[in-house]
Amino acid sequence: MGKEKISLSTLTNGIIKENPVLVLILGTCPTLAVTTLAVNGVGMGLAATFVLVCSNIVISLLKNVIPDKVRIPCYIVIIAGFVTILSSLMEAFLPSLYASLGLFLQLIVVNCIILGRAEMFASKHGVLASALDGIGMGLGFTLALLIMGSIREILGAGTWFGIPLTVNLFSPISIFILAPGGFLVYGMVIAAVNKLTKGKAIKKKDFGCEGCAGGCNGCSGCEKGENK
Amino acid sequence: MEIFKNMMYILMTSAIVENVVLAKFLGICPFLGVSKKLDSAAGMSGAVIFVMLMATAVTWPIYKFILLPNGLDYLQTIVFILVIAALVQLVEFILKKYMKSLYQALGVYLPLITTNCAVLGVTILNFDNNYGFGESLINALGTGLGFMVAMILFAGVRGRMESCDFPESFKGVPSTLIAASIVSMSFMGFADVANGMFM
Repeated sequence: MGKEKISLSTLTNGIIKENPVLVLILGTCPTLAVTTLAVNGVGMGLAATFVLVCSNIVISLLKNVIPDKVRIPCYIVIIAGFVTILSSLMEAFLPSLYASLGLFLQLIVVNCIILGRAEMFASKHGVLASALDGIGMGLGFTLALLIMGSIREILGAGTWFGIPLTVNLFSPISIFILAPGGFLVYGMVIAAVNKLTKGKAIKKKDFGCEGCAGGCNGCSGCEKGENK
Repeated sequence: MEIFKNMMYILMTSAIVENVVLAKFLGICPFLGVSKKLDSAAGMSGAVIFVMLMATAVTWPIYKFILLPNGLDYLQTIVFILVIAALVQLVEFILKKYMKSLYQALGVYLPLITTNCAVLGVTILNFDNNYGFGESLINALGTGLGFMVAMILFAGVRGRMESCDFPESFKGVPSTLIAASIVSMSFMGFADVANGMFM
């Protein structure tokens, strides 16, 4: 393990080529739910990044200690611990963001990205590589949420990070900050990414097991559940 | 009568008006992942309803009688996810042993449910909304039914989509999401239905 190659691509992989939200289609629930405002998207992204980096580090440190058979419950406990720390900190220092993220802050626990990276990367690599991977994936998540949040806020509320932008141009199309707009913008953004990368990024054909690779394989239900 | 009215209101709200998948964005992964075929959609939703009810029945007393009196409510997330994970294992085990037919119907979907955020979401929301035990169970049932409605409707939609010819970059995921957007829009028509019926 000691001579493991740590390259810049470990960091940048998550941001563009394997963007967890736009290419791997992981962590869809928070992506759709909190991106009504750009600032919420960034807050959620950074919160998840914090948990992701911390849990990646701890899991890669403990990878030789954790027995293989109970690894998933162990990962979940580690992740849940960091989520609890994070939500207490945020409640104390960023109460407005805490209120607007609400339930989805606690639901970082079951975010497939974090469990997926724990299973696919941190349990097989060294500490530094895992930390870099966590940062890269976290930034990729944040970037995707920022894009989604910006599109939805500008079109749906006419503001960007609270700054009025489109006052004289058009009246806000409020459907974009409601539920249907979330699905629509997400679909459009993925289509745009597909168009731009033209299959250079790892092509994900569809949802399902391939889509949530680590998260689902992690809970080992996928092979059984989907192979029919 | 008042209680019954309240229960029906919670049931309607959680099942239709604030549909767990299409309005609250919980459980999107299984909604998009397992909704390709009608029978697997039905099986998955059955398992979700079952686990949601069980999880609520177990987590409510734990939170109210163990965590809150001892000032441990900040441990909510950790305890709940562990309870759900253990419960899913236990349910799988019991079904396998004693109810073969039910296990064959739901069994394969059970392990997937641990990471279904709808289940954890419901158990946490029950406390955010200050529901009592009965109300929590009704809320869990309603949410599960809402999940089922969304899954089955969407399975039908996707069945139709298979024969459609989409532009290259819209194939697969994007077209599915846009279809979900339209289904979700139709559910917005239910807003205020529950208020009109019971208030």
